[in-house]
Amino acid sequence: MNLLDVENLWVKFPTRNGVFDAVRGVSFTLGQERLGIVGESGSGKSMTGRAILRLIRPPGQVTADRIAVEGDDIMAMSEKEMRSVRGQRISMVMQDPKFSLNPVMRVGDQIVEAYAIHAKSTKADAKRKAMEMLEAVSIRDPERVYRSYPHELSGGMGQRVMIAMMMVPDPRILIADEPTSALDVSVQTQVLRIMDKLVQERGMGLIFISHDLNLVSSFCDRVLIMYGGRIVETCVADKLHEAQHPYTRGLLNSLPRLDVKQERLAVLERDATWRDTDSVSGAR
Amino acid sequence: MNGISVKNLKVWFGSGKDRIDAVKDATFDVPKGESFGLVGESGSGKSTILRAITELAPNWSGEIHVAGRTLDHTRDNEFYKTLQMVFQDPYASLHPRHSVDQVLSETLYLHGFDNIEKRIVTLLDDVGLGPSFRFRYPHQLSGGQRQRVAIARALAPEPSFLLLDEPTSALDVSVQAEILNLLTDLRAEHGLTYLMVSHDLAVVGHMCSRIAVMQLGEIVEVMTAEDMRAMRPSHPYTKHLLEASIGYSREAAADIVV
Amino acid sequence: MSHSDATKQTLREWLLTDTPQSRHQARMVALYQGWLSFSTNTMAMFGLGILICLGLVALFAPLISPHDPFAQELGNRLQPLWSEGHVFGTDSLGRDILSRLIYGSRITLYIVALVALIAPVAGLLVGTVAGYSGGWLDVILMRITDIFLAFPRLVLALAFVAALGAGIENAVLAISLTAWPPYARIARAETLTIRNSDYISAVKLQGAGATRIVTKHIWPLCISSLIVRVTLDMAGIILAAAGLGFLGLGAQPPSPEWGAMISEGRRFILDHWWVATIPGLAIFTVSLAFNLLGDGLRDVLDPKDGGS
Repeated sequence: MNLLDVENLWVKFPTRNGVFDAVRGVSFTLGQERLGIVGESGSGKSMTGRAILRLIRPPGQVTADRIAVEGDDIMAMSEKEMRSVRGQRISMVMQDPKFSLNPVMRVGDQIVEAYAIHAKSTKADAKRKAMEMLEAVSIRDPERVYRSYPHELSGGMGQRVMIAMMMVPDPRILIADEPTSALDVSVQTQVLRIMDKLVQERGMGLIFISHDLNLVSSFCDRVLIMYGGRIVETCVADKLHEAQHPYTRGLLNSLPRLDVKQERLAVLERDATWRDTDSVSGAR
Repeated sequence: MNGISVKNLKVWFGSGKDRIDAVKDATFDVPKGESFGLVGESGSGKSTILRAITELAPNWSGEIHVAGRTLDHTRDNEFYKTLQMVFQDPYASLHPRHSVDQVLSETLYLHGFDNIEKRIVTLLDDVGLGPSFRFRYPHQLSGGQRQRVAIARALAPEPSFLLLDEPTSALDVSVQAEILNLLTDLRAEHGLTYLMVSHDLAVVGHMCSRIAVMQLGEIVEVMTAEDMRAMRPSHPYTKHLLEASIGYSREAAADIVV
Repeated sequence: MSHSDATKQTLREWLLTDTPQSRHQARMVALYQGWLSFSTNTMAMFGLGILICLGLVALFAPLISPHDPFAQELGNRLQPLWSEGHVFGTDSLGRDILSRLIYGSRITLYIVALVALIAPVAGLLVGTVAGYSGGWLDVILMRITDIFLAFPRLVLALAFVAALGAGIENAVLAISLTAWPPYARIARAETLTIRNSDYISAVKLQGAGATRIVTKHIWPLCISSLIVRVTLDMAGIILAAAGLGFLGLGAQPPSPEWGAMISEGRRFILDHWWVATIPGLAIFTVSLAFNLLGDGLRDVLDPKDGGS
């Protein structure tokens, strides 16, 4: 059974000039794997992640034939039922810990809170679990970090705390929305390693949303490429460089390369028909 | 020498015990006509060097020479006619209430140019924006278009030197390619000298012929782009950066002591 | 399609275009979009409507007023609402309340306009100069601001009256002198944020001096929050003027200022409640209108710094 089934997901926003479709008919499945969703800004990749967690509020409208987590249809759930899904069965790590951690609460308290929402436990138990999680994300000084405020932590540390907080309720699926984009390149590798290890150890599914093609192709197992709200291509990650769709090829060719000298970079020629073709299915 | 020359540059913020030394000791030369890159992670001091050259960061010591002139802590209009800067965030480098036309005409007016009308049209043309963009406000422009306007503004006084502070970091990959090509073309057309800052090794390797790698306020290595492409770093930090830039690999990650 | 239809459509398109052809058009487009945004807010439009009515009433007062606001008819004192010839009744000297209300609107507008011109402008000047210069000038200007902020409005008004005599101009002056400090603070706070922006750095690199930067770059960005704050403060200013009038420190009798009317009607509040209550309702309505307008303007002008 798939960890996640998404069938025909649409996300629409009413604007002054008509209805804007941010996500148009996206379908894919997720198993115990690392799935990358790649696209530029406006491609709908972040919206897809938020739609799965039903974080999109009116006037935004989310419709889908089916969104199922381990077989349970979450589109049919009430908000109350969704709250027990969010965090506990699906978690989300976002881009900048400066903006996703509460700046006036100590970090340890935030992790404890994340745990206590979903599990009935004593305070001591919750603290112990929080410290365990901090160690699991390779923080060498968990006591000190537990007592710190978010602004006292570096970017990489903050992101690890975020991961700890999101993993503490033991979710089955982790959605990571540009988790390393705000981090320096050397810290990126550390954070990715931690995510990789945790996902492997717990048999989780990971959805990795990013604009960075190279990163996604080297980190993930499978990749979905989105453009204009649709999936235009799917492929196995290490075969990304053999992609067929002109958009993917165009994106790959427009990247400056470390190993080859180029006089000018190939510019992506956008084709209007890419928006009109149906979304490719991202099922395994 | 009539390029940019920096010797023993120190730049700091704050004073006393709150003092932070952003740049500890930087020395490098950019001959006229070259494109030189400054690469490093956040906190390396690369952008701060640009700010010291433009006196946007006033607390510096050492020597800075531009076009044969030794700089002190004042800058005059003649200097601004020689050297200009393009900033990183296109969403923050244009005044939200000024149209493109206002931005360019103010710049041209401040530098004492006449026939402003014609110059505006030419500038917009040079950066690949047609006349229909002239009266738009920044919120009516995409990130790439805003950056083009910022480049037009920097080119308006006809400078010989252009400082580029992460000019494409905030842009999508496809837009980045357009802007980098534009910068390449402009440099060839106008014979400009570039000092470009970036955290992205591939971008800097593409645009520059020589690259200085910075770490924590110091330049640890100056290498040619060929050496970088051939993966011939001398300094271990450069090696580390190069490897991290290639992408993620489980084996390499496993070696890292986390 | 008739010719007028064709022109009307072109005007709307002209105002909605993405590619303006001239400076004038660009400005009109920006204003029109702001207007469209504003007009979706029903409550704000309601507030605006009331204020437009106020303006019209004040403008056409001699034409719409049924009686002379100063004409006394001692035989006709304290007539109730809906009496013959007097919709809102008469006051203690037999003067028609409706007419006094109508002429009083002129005084209210006069007060509002004067304070709105003096206080925010003074505040903007002080705040932006302090915020941009920093250092000693900032400290001195802000301490002066603090001194004025510490003055209770009524105490200052009393001092002015004692020194210069009572009257509406002195009341307005007193109000303005206590109203400008918050604007200075807002302007300074905005200036501190703005002055580190890249667009300010960029214009410095073109050789722009401090005066140009403050007037052409910083003021346009402060003005929206000031406008919003002024409209929200208007309610308080009207009430302050009314309070001064109530105390006899503002408009002098027989002037039909609304606050003074309430004061005159206070004695009769138990048996002839309308003499004090009707002007009170007028003040309430206008204050509410300013609040609603201010709310609507804030939604249009302030959102995430980017609204035109």
